[in-house]
Amino acid sequence: MAKEVLLVEDSPGDVRLTREALHGVDASVHLHVAIDGVEAMAFLNREGAYSNAPRPDVILLDLNLPKMDGREVLARIKTDEKLRMIPTVILTTSDAETDVSNSYRLQANCYVTKPVQLEEFEALMKNITDFWLRKVKLPQQARH
Amino acid sequence: MTLEVLLVEDSPGDVRLTREAFRDAKTNINLHVATDGVAAMAFLRHEGDHSQAPRPDFILLDLNLPKMDGREVLAHIKEDDDLKTIPTIILTTSEAEVDILKSYQLQANCYINKPVQLEAFEAIVKSVNYFWATTAKLPPRANGG
Repeated sequence: MAKEVLLVEDSPGDVRLTREALHGVDASVHLHVAIDGVEAMAFLNREGAYSNAPRPDVILLDLNLPKMDGREVLARIKTDEKLRMIPTVILTTSDAETDVSNSYRLQANCYVTKPVQLEEFEALMKNITDFWLRKVKLPQQARH
Repeated sequence: MTLEVLLVEDSPGDVRLTREAFRDAKTNINLHVATDGVAAMAFLRHEGDHSQAPRPDFILLDLNLPKMDGREVLAHIKEDDDLKTIPTIILTTSEAEVDILKSYQLQANCYINKPVQLEAFEAIVKSVNYFWATTAKLPPRANGG
């Protein structure tokens, strides 16, 4: 079954690189993109245009986002009984210790810093994709 | 930097294989072993013989353990304000959907199935080590202890 990945990211360049890296590892992955925190929550709660949105197998979440930032999106996911089991990977340029420790405190599943260099970014995305989509056992019930 | 890793595992064979897989990887890891859930919690809370125990940078936790099982250890870790930030990786032979779902509900950081085959076991331990020791940014040690 094809994996559903929700990427919450406002930079079109990063979206494109992530899409290429994901599909390089697994061409069958369905990548959904939300460009701000409000849209991400609408997708997850299947509101409005997202009434038929699939439940993601994995969420890749940037911290710095318009409208509602990634910290708040993370807090909402992890305090929602229906959403909290979805593995949520923080993917951000911030390497501030306070962002790292607050994200783990809010129960992010892991925290990864985005490198600026293109090749490093691609290698990182492959590594994340391989680990979370191939090595890790994902919760199936999260889909229903 | 040397990473401190706590492995909670009652099978001596699996402990040995994990230790060897970690040694082959090019990361400096101090592997600490607790063979049951009670010993794991004593290590994490610096109780008794563990008063000098370091705070682990991450935890590898089996589910089926003597005395206190891994589900309860996970619940204790993730309810504790001091310990909840430590990435806790479930490493178990169980493939039961209920164990996977329950572990994520309790906020396990990830769930890894332990293969029975020796080479596959080594490969997965190396992947876990590589991802958590190299790719992931771990919580700062100063925070919470």
